[in-house]
Amino acid sequence: MSPEKMVMMANQIATFFATQPGDTGAEDVAAHINDFWEPRMRAQYLDYVAQGGEGLHPLAAAAAAHIHAPSEKA
Amino acid sequence: MKDFIIPWDDRDMGTPAKSGKPVHLTIDGIDVTVPAGTSVMRAAAEAGIAVPKLCATDSLDAFGSCRLCVVEIEGRRGTPASCTTPVHAGMVVHTQSSKVKKIRKGVMELYVSDHPLDCLTCAANGDCELQDMAGMVGLRDVRYTPGDNHFDPSGSGARSQSEARLRMPEGEANPRYIAKDQSNPYFTYDPSKCIVCSRCVRACEEVQGTFALTIQGRGFESRVSAGMAGDDFLSSDCVSCGACVQACPTATLQEKSVAELGTPDRELVTTCAYCGVGCSFKAELNGDELVRMTPWKHGKANRGHSCVKGRFAYGYAEHPDRILNPMIRDRIEDPWREVSWEEALSFAAGRLKAIQEKHGRKSVGVITSSRCTNEETYLVQKLTRAVFMNNNTDTCARVCHSPTGYGLGQTYGTSAGTQDFDSVEQVDVAVVIGANPTDGHPVFASRLKKRLRQGAKLIVIDPRRIDLVKSAHIAASHHLALTPGTNVAVVTALAHVIVTEKLYDEAFIRARCDWDEFMAYAEFVSEKRHAPESTALLTGVNAQELRAAARLYAQGGNGAIYYGLGVTEHSQGSTTVMGLANLAMMTGNIGREGVGVNPLRGQNNVQGSCDMGSFPHELPGYRHVKLPEVRKVFEDAWGVPIDPEPGLRIPNMLDAAVDGTFRGLYCQGEDILQSDPDTKHVAAGLAAMDCVIVHDLFLNETANYAHVFLPGSSFLEKNGTFTNAERRINRVRKVMAPKNGYEDWEVTQLLANAMGAGWAYTHPEQIMAEIAATTPSFAGVTYDLLEEKGSVQWPCNEEHPEGTPLMHVDGFVRGKGRFIVTEYVATDEKTGPRFPLLLTTGRILSQYNVGAQTRRTANSVWHEQDLLEIHPHDAENRGLKEGDWVKLASRSGETTLRAKITDRVSPGVVYTTFHHPDTQANVVTTDFSDWATNCPEYKVTAVQVAPSNGPSDWQEDYAAQAERARRILPAAE
Repeated sequence: MSPEKMVMMANQIATFFATQPGDTGAEDVAAHINDFWEPRMRAQYLDYVAQGGEGLHPLAAAAAAHIHAPSEKA
Repeated sequence: MKDFIIPWDDRDMGTPAKSGKPVHLTIDGIDVTVPAGTSVMRAAAEAGIAVPKLCATDSLDAFGSCRLCVVEIEGRRGTPASCTTPVHAGMVVHTQSSKVKKIRKGVMELYVSDHPLDCLTCAANGDCELQDMAGMVGLRDVRYTPGDNHFDPSGSGARSQSEARLRMPEGEANPRYIAKDQSNPYFTYDPSKCIVCSRCVRACEEVQGTFALTIQGRGFESRVSAGMAGDDFLSSDCVSCGACVQACPTATLQEKSVAELGTPDRELVTTCAYCGVGCSFKAELNGDELVRMTPWKHGKANRGHSCVKGRFAYGYAEHPDRILNPMIRDRIEDPWREVSWEEALSFAAGRLKAIQEKHGRKSVGVITSSRCTNEETYLVQKLTRAVFMNNNTDTCARVCHSPTGYGLGQTYGTSAGTQDFDSVEQVDVAVVIGANPTDGHPVFASRLKKRLRQGAKLIVIDPRRIDLVKSAHIAASHHLALTPGTNVAVVTALAHVIVTEKLYDEAFIRARCDWDEFMAYAEFVSEKRHAPESTALLTGVNAQELRAAARLYAQGGNGAIYYGLGVTEHSQGSTTVMGLANLAMMTGNIGREGVGVNPLRGQNNVQGSCDMGSFPHELPGYRHVKLPEVRKVFEDAWGVPIDPEPGLRIPNMLDAAVDGTFRGLYCQGEDILQSDPDTKHVAAGLAAMDCVIVHDLFLNETANYAHVFLPGSSFLEKNGTFTNAERRINRVRKVMAPKNGYEDWEVTQLLANAMGAGWAYTHPEQIMAEIAATTPSFAGVTYDLLEEKGSVQWPCNEEHPEGTPLMHVDGFVRGKGRFIVTEYVATDEKTGPRFPLLLTTGRILSQYNVGAQTRRTANSVWHEQDLLEIHPHDAENRGLKEGDWVKLASRSGETTLRAKITDRVSPGVVYTTFHHPDTQANVVTTDFSDWATNCPEYKVTAVQVAPSNGPSDWQEDYAAQAERARRILPAAE
């Protein structure tokens, strides 16, 4: 997937959870990504964050700490 | 499997059923008890006595015009019509007194005096109520000599066409002769056969609600007239739903197929394979030749009604384009080669295995079909989970109602409509948002319109002035014509009005929802920025109109929300679904008849395909693959470990294909190249794969990129079940043998076994048993139960052994209903100087989705090409006239089509359909999608429209590529 598309998807999710009450936004974003993103998408995402995560919504960047690293490569 | 014997009483009871208190009476010496309000005619029918009748039929209110059903009632004077006389306690009725028999014979004699006597060669021979009644009353002679008539061209008094030809071989001498109207592709109107019973006119009004027909003239000049003077059936407002044909007692309105093929002699009940209403039909046949499809009056979704698609557009199954032999090719540039099933399957299995060996087990996947049965869908997802050993399964619901799954799942705890369709009969205020039921879900629309004519109110929220906003005898109280992409702002503004004006149902919220969550939501929506006055500029909706609509919904009695893809196919599709769920909860409009939140599902089995575990993160029954207890159920049943990680969704599959990590796809009954957004990206993804297996009736657009083609079976050729939008599980019955040799579930099993699976199903009944054993909401579903009940609505289990018409009656599935904050976020798809207009897309009545079926029927007479609707102002600015070729361009691509200038769309908004591959509206749509589910944002694309000379380069290249890709080599000797 193109990085721009991935960043956009993550930011859309972060934008939604940023509007929700409470302070569990990062965990909620991560839970959504863990539930719906296939491991190779999560791997690409974690790589992207590790390389600086340019353009990511702060909540999307913070979510990385809670995203499950895929146990195996596809 | 035995033919389905219809256990229900299919007799015409004469007048509709009533539901009053029991009334006892005696008819011809037989005691009978019926509900108050029942007609004497129906009471007699209940007692097994058929009173002769012509103008009465049980789908219509009594009319009392034919005078054939007269009876005598002790203590009453005269001979009242039994159809219009309600029963009365202690009534004593005689249906066969010498007085009424004499009257009936006289009435019949008059009818027949102006009717041709060509019964033996008439298309209704054997299926004519006039003929039956003449026999029943014992008419043995007609004393009137032939005179003025409409049926004899010779004018010589001939009573049949052959006699007229004998008397006058050429020319016409009868100025009153009227030829048949053959303009409709599916039925004829023959005025000479008409007895002016008005059943067609009443059916058009009462059942369909179109009011296209009327009786014109008086006495001898009385005739059925479609539309205005000069109109024929085709040019009139007639929508070809078939209700008039169904109601006609003679050959006046007659299916052309019956005229051609003869009266059918056997019938099976099955389920329509078009939209999510899921109408029950009788397939009527001679041998294995289908003669006609007629709506089944005991069908609980349609209650005896139909639309032009289900009733008439089934001919695609016989179309010469249909592919009946398996085909393979090494490269997509090669022509197809017809091969045996064995060779095709071993080729496919060999390629898939090779891909998995080289690129890992997650490098292949499946797409299940919302057009196929539950059993077939279940097997396709099982193929990827148990044989490919991954969760790469998705379905076309991804691109339509996936936000419904997420939104209703989060708020209520389950992904399904809350009501049955019968519930519409109790609605006081209907909210229709992002749906166009008269085109997309016509039978539901007719049921809704009937309720509206009884006085229910309607709120339409849609950028377009859809037909429901104003048509014959109905009008919306409020039409909120919002700017595409602002649904959340409008829904939140409605909540703002309900909360700030204290119109919410506090008792319901306290009892059924989390009060604190409601308070948080109330605080959020009460902010001034959500007031309709604040959002009006953004949404284009008049604040006062929006306030009035909110008040009506909250205070107007039973409020029901019906929504479609205009809600889901947005960047904020899931958020809008949650917002609608919030509205229903805060007004207490959940958990009883006449209320609820009701997604109108696009395809016949979208609901079922979602239920059956088609999504990559969920096993059947909406249970996440991460849950070990759920995986264990399937691991025990299938004897394999289940991958605990979610798989790829359709757009992710295509992205991974372009990246090179996803290389093999088995696609059953879906045309992703035409139906999915951003066609060029889809084509690139498909072209990058090593093995694309298309399993379909036709060489669809996706097949242009396929290596293996497995021919499919039509819905007439297989057994199984479909689940409609109201969660109703309906049987699909095999009406004829599959022309391709196998039912679709058998094809999937053959492919699985070629991969080494060792499956041994011999009937879909066994697959349903496996579904019931593994999926709690289906635990009680068996084919025996479906035979007995006709259909059941899930959940069907120990707690609800006969199914569940209404959801969330005593509590939400998830426990407490959950209010979720719905902040409006503008889509990134914005208009600007290059692309100043917003394009939104939709469907039309006569065509269906990508049109693979309907384009291969006579339905194309109503819609032979996709048109671009554009407002007169926008057209004038661009120098466009009606019918001009225009170029429609977005940042994704461009296409050309013809313009239709109309103020149905607002200035700044254009609209088109996506039924034709040569237009390919999805070349223009973008890859933006719903934040939660990746459901594409079809409904909002920034575009420019300009005059054009003809097809774009892309269209010409595409047509050439498609032609090359469809070459088939003759089979080897």
